[in-house]
Amino acid sequence: MNARRFRTSLAAITALAAVGLAGCGGGDDAGSPQPEGSGSAVTGSVTVFAAASLTESFTQIGKDFEAANPGVKVTFSFAGSSALATQINQGAPADVFASAAPTNMKVVTDAGNGDGAPTTFVRNQLVIAVPKGNPNGVTGLTDLTKPDAKVALCAEQVPCGAAAKKALDAASVKLTPVTLEQDVKAALSKVKLGEVDAALVYRTDAKSATADVDGIEFPESAGAINDYPIVVLKNAPNKTAAQAFIAYVLSDTGKSVLTAAGFQAP
Amino acid sequence: MTAPIVTRDEPVAGTPMLDARLVVDRGAFRLDLALRISAGEVVALLGPNGAGKTTALRTLAGLTPLHDGYVTLDGQDLDRPDLSRWTATERRPIGVVFQDYLLFPHLTALDNVAFGPRRHGLDRQRARAVASDWLGRMGLAEHARRKPRQLSGGQAQRVALARALAVNPALLLLDEPLAALDARTRLDTRAQLQRHLAAHPGATLLVTHDPLDALVLADRLVIVEQGRVVQEGDAATITAQPRTDYVARLVGLNLHRGRADGHTVRVNADFSLTSGDRHDGEVFVAYPPSAVALYPRRPDGSPRNVWPATITGIQRHGDNLRVQLGGPIDVVADITPAAAAHLHLGAGQPLWAAVKATETRVYPAAPGGSHPE
Amino acid sequence: MPLLDDPVARPVPAAPPPRPRRTGRIPVALLLPAALGLLFLVLPLVGLLVRAPWTTLPQRLTEPGVLTALRLSLQTATLATLLCLLLGVPLAWLLARVDFPGRRVVRALVTVPLVLPPVVGGVALLLVFGRRGLLGGWLDSTFGITLPFTTTGVVLAEAFVAMPFLIIAVEGALRGADTRYEEAAATLGANRWTTFTHVTLPLVAPGIAAGAVLCWARALGEFGATITFAGNFPGRTQTMPIAVYLALETDLEAAIVLSLILLTVSVAILASLRDRWITSP
Repeated sequence: MNARRFRTSLAAITALAAVGLAGCGGGDDAGSPQPEGSGSAVTGSVTVFAAASLTESFTQIGKDFEAANPGVKVTFSFAGSSALATQINQGAPADVFASAAPTNMKVVTDAGNGDGAPTTFVRNQLVIAVPKGNPNGVTGLTDLTKPDAKVALCAEQVPCGAAAKKALDAASVKLTPVTLEQDVKAALSKVKLGEVDAALVYRTDAKSATADVDGIEFPESAGAINDYPIVVLKNAPNKTAAQAFIAYVLSDTGKSVLTAAGFQAP
Repeated sequence: MTAPIVTRDEPVAGTPMLDARLVVDRGAFRLDLALRISAGEVVALLGPNGAGKTTALRTLAGLTPLHDGYVTLDGQDLDRPDLSRWTATERRPIGVVFQDYLLFPHLTALDNVAFGPRRHGLDRQRARAVASDWLGRMGLAEHARRKPRQLSGGQAQRVALARALAVNPALLLLDEPLAALDARTRLDTRAQLQRHLAAHPGATLLVTHDPLDALVLADRLVIVEQGRVVQEGDAATITAQPRTDYVARLVGLNLHRGRADGHTVRVNADFSLTSGDRHDGEVFVAYPPSAVALYPRRPDGSPRNVWPATITGIQRHGDNLRVQLGGPIDVVADITPAAAAHLHLGAGQPLWAAVKATETRVYPAAPGGSHPE
Repeated sequence: MPLLDDPVARPVPAAPPPRPRRTGRIPVALLLPAALGLLFLVLPLVGLLVRAPWTTLPQRLTEPGVLTALRLSLQTATLATLLCLLLGVPLAWLLARVDFPGRRVVRALVTVPLVLPPVVGGVALLLVFGRRGLLGGWLDSTFGITLPFTTTGVVLAEAFVAMPFLIIAVEGALRGADTRYEEAAATLGANRWTTFTHVTLPLVAPGIAAGAVLCWARALGEFGATITFAGNFPGRTQTMPIAVYLALETDLEAAIVLSLILLTVSVAILASLRDRWITSP
């Protein structure tokens, strides 16, 4: 079997799966009357692929959006941005993609799967996560270079690792971590378990674990601010709803939810 | 076969190498037998399946714990359940040849035989020298490097024997040593085994259900049924004077128990046999199947013992036919094919059986207390 | 045991007559699912091969990180297998040969790592051997030993996940072995330990080998428990599966290359071992 034929058949299988899913989704509301929404004519279901770090805030925004637009059903798929990008490029039936890093967004837009240019809707900044009460008195990056300090970073291949590298380079700090974790939650859990003295994580992650962890701000993080872009996808089954959802995320209501979670406005 | 008839109440001359009373309780089955074996003596434990022969062997080897009784070997108390004292298998001066030999499949013949000497403290080289010597004696020198799976049945049997003898056991135990062999190999191997057993200076106990093995290999037979000794003695005595139906069948005799009064032995309420011997009291009457003559009608003239019988079965037996008869007593008769042609033999057919008084042998039922009842 | 011949001696007749082989059609009811099963197992491999970047393969192979991760993987998987043999064979013997109260429970406990998601296994290991763990704190303060984020930690994580495979295989072999050989050894003067080392172990050697192979293969592919307990640091704790996972974040082709290397090396090692066992007398 040659590569092209293989790819063709793979595409065919994915397309079939997509049709199947879309058919199921459409069946839900095909016969139901369109209720008058809050001024808009948004109906049907909208599928949002969003970075894992958006789980709490987007779930809240989704509920609010559904309340504001009766007749709309929002479905989320939360996962690592790179995994989501791969799925979208393989033909997964999504309407919206919210990425935790521009690089993953670029993978999607370069493949021609974005509908228009992405918009940056929030930014996230690194903090130093330390065990609750900061027992080692960490105040800045230089405290992490002490020889007996155990530090967890994210691997460079994932966004929080790339951001950490940028910040450390900007500060000209040389740091030897004990581990390069596969994602930010894993790095954070090492702090929670007390296995490391500190980890560089996003402020939102530190905020989600305030019971076990304190987040220490450090000035060099300004040099490694992470932008979260969002876009409507080219093959979106429900583009109207997708645009309405993005507009809702960018609205003041959406922003307040995101800020409460620790995100910064762009 | 010059060993004296030994019964439990008659001590052997000198101290026996093995002196044991083996008691094992296993629910419905109870093994309880006494064994004494002198140095150099070969005793066969003979009995039907399930009689407890193998259990007896396993208790002597320490593989099955003794519940009561004792085992004394070469002056050493091995097992004294009454004192809560048992000796582990590996500390007993024994050698065992198992029924299917159990040669270690991963070791060569040489290393199988060297295994015991090695465990008894010899270094590898010395143990191999001993093993090599034993294999030579068994005529297996050129097979020393072979693995068990490359050996024939007879060769494997001899390696197993060499392995058991290589530790110079005070007691050699053999469990059906020839049972796994085909008829032809068995004949050769039996002859060789006899030679090696005769040369063994320690005591030897051979467990078998084959009377031929027992008769050829053993100096003395101990017959076990249902966990008990029913008869023991040398081959001549046992073949001449069986004391149970099982032994009678083994040695091929008709056997009846009865009460003698002079020449008459009352076998049951309806039937008496007349014998040439005079006896009084409880006796056994034995005669070979060839002594039973069959007639289509009641014969006239001399025979004293004549009775009407019915054929219950017919089998080939060598050149002759063996006829099973029902009637006042159950007997078997051997007749020639020519005689059979006259009789028109068939199951259920009535005819007349006759035994001459002079062909019967009568002997007391309880000599020297060797009968368990 | 799928890999090896049954070593137990059959009853001794020299050469059994050749048995006529059953010929005729293979039933479709067996052939069809068998073919589908094979396809199901092989197709993902085909997928990897089709997507592999063959043109840039040589230069990717020589990237320094690749060999480091490969070497670490082979070393830790082998050490983990040795550790499993050292602890697992006696445990299997105990389960197979000693009738102690609670044996069923112990047997069930042994299989826990099989059903536990490996990541949870890694967390559990941290809770015991970590800095704040039940034993880890004591190990650290008494001996100065820390296990998380070390190569030793990788070996422990792999052994934890892989040991059940060894124990189950060896226990099965021990149960299948004829204990009368052990009795024969006892009658020749061998105590229980000598019997175990000189008779029992050689008898179940094929079972142990098969278990060790399964154990090694599982350890080689271990990811979840390793990254959770030992973390990820090139040269120290970054094994091939972890390298593959991280490569997947940015570069699908690199991930495929790494996977193929791991597959090729492990299949080559297993095949060569198997040949040696089968051709040995």
